[in-house]
Amino acid sequence: MPFNLHSIMLDREKCRGCTNCIKKCPTEAIRVRSSKARIIDQRCIDCGECIRTCPYHAKYAVTNSLDDIKKYEYKVALPAPSFYAQFETDDINKLLHALLEIGFDDIFEVAKAAEIVTEFTKEFISKKRDKRPIISSACPAVVRLIQTKFPDLIDNILPLASPMEVAAHLAKKRINRQKGIEIDRIGAFFISPCAAKMTYVNLPLGFERSYVDGVIAIKDIYGLVRSKLKSMNDVEPISISSGKGIGWAASGGESLALGIDEYVNVDGIHNVIKVLEEIENGRLNNIVYFEGLACSGGCVGGPLTVENPYVAKNRIKKWSSKLADKAQILEENTRKIVNDLGIKMEDLLFRKELEANPVLELDSDIEEAMKKYERVNEILKILPGLDCGACGSPTCKTLAEDIVRGLANDTDCIFILRENIKELANKMVELSNKLPPSLERDEE
Amino acid sequence: MLLSMEFDIKAGDFVLAGEASSKIKDALKKLGVKPEILKKVAIISYEAEMNIVIHSVGGVLKAIISKDKIEIIAEDRGPGIENIELAMMEGYSTAPEEIRNLGFGAGMGLPNMKKYSDHFEIESQKGTGTRVYMVVFNK
Repeated sequence: MPFNLHSIMLDREKCRGCTNCIKKCPTEAIRVRSSKARIIDQRCIDCGECIRTCPYHAKYAVTNSLDDIKKYEYKVALPAPSFYAQFETDDINKLLHALLEIGFDDIFEVAKAAEIVTEFTKEFISKKRDKRPIISSACPAVVRLIQTKFPDLIDNILPLASPMEVAAHLAKKRINRQKGIEIDRIGAFFISPCAAKMTYVNLPLGFERSYVDGVIAIKDIYGLVRSKLKSMNDVEPISISSGKGIGWAASGGESLALGIDEYVNVDGIHNVIKVLEEIENGRLNNIVYFEGLACSGGCVGGPLTVENPYVAKNRIKKWSSKLADKAQILEENTRKIVNDLGIKMEDLLFRKELEANPVLELDSDIEEAMKKYERVNEILKILPGLDCGACGSPTCKTLAEDIVRGLANDTDCIFILRENIKELANKMVELSNKLPPSLERDEE
Repeated sequence: MLLSMEFDIKAGDFVLAGEASSKIKDALKKLGVKPEILKKVAIISYEAEMNIVIHSVGGVLKAIISKDKIEIIAEDRGPGIENIELAMMEGYSTAPEEIRNLGFGAGMGLPNMKKYSDHFEIESQKGTGTRVYMVVFNK
């Protein structure tokens, strides 16, 4: 991956060079060098696990500021379903109006786009019966995880645009039609729980370009929205999302909306890895759909959210059941949008094939890679196997690989260094006992 | 150049089951083997490992990796297969109830191993054990 496209950054001042983040990174993308963590760009999947783990809050996600929206003539907010779960309110419309009050001109609910994606996913599933399971492409961190660690599962990924992308696409189309504003003068901003979405905008998956112009962290506008909410009374209803779309905020919501029984939903990047391993083994062939979300709890557990994910999950559940009696009207709304804007499943299909990210390869030549693999195993036999992380690599195995790749030395291991020092010290003692011949005395 | 890996597989140990094939997969990823090849080896090595866990009293799983091909060899001790033709049929299984309850032993192991390998050989002697030899060409 090219440089500067990641959204996760390190605050060097705050970083103490501890090993918490290197241990939790699912793609072994972090090393500690000169007492500072260093992210290997090519390996990072922007899951945000390091943001969550860092005890010194030295990791952060670069997102757009609210000021950035001013560059555009017409500004549309795309609130993530998880945004609804951040606030204690009796009316979603108040939340959407609060977004209008902080500077946006228009709204397109990503929850509504999620409902549209759900419909097209159903269509896709009914057409493609041979691929099992189909893996959701909604979580960009999971898609990148597959590109990096599970290249053999790329074919299983649902090649449909994510709800955020669909929301931006449809919002621009609608605004252009209704108001005659040119597409490039409309700024579409995702109100995001997640850092990986920012990376997605810089480097889209399955498309050359994203319709989204920027990503604003929920936490950055949380206070502002909250203060606007306080003074908000009866507002004109503008929300058209149903519980199905809003449900996408929490793990399992996407599968539930599909209305199929044969699905598996997993949240938390390390749990996702375990289940992907099983899919790789051919163990889940009877499962139709796999929903994997990098964050624990789903998007409500995103690193850019504010509310406790369990509280947030409960709110999502409440909104879903509260809107259940309006389900029919809201579903008609979905169809109306699709018909009015003339959107077909084909319009949302990936235009660019997803490629495997070969960073795990030891060498591009297989014979060379085999030699290196054997060397890794030889080095591993010498290393203590404590996975202490003091060398700056997450495990002894990663250190061995780093050594073979020429990125580290065996003396980076403090145990090997200690052994070497001990040997050296013994040698010094031995040498210090030796005297030059002029001083040597014959023992009588 | 050859890269060989060998793993002891314990019978009945469902906690460790899958670890050997996981290591083989990991090696193939480090070697940059193509996704479609990796997929085939992942399935056959896992099925072979599980067969040892479920049906034998223990055995070994071997992988021999070269530039042109990946060989997977599963050798187990006892009880052997009485009727190989029957065992190769989809859905035929001799797995006991408690193993089926774990979601294994659906009778797809051997058929899948044959389906996903480019070359498949099986020998078995009742009472002695079973040897499965599989090749996936690396092209």
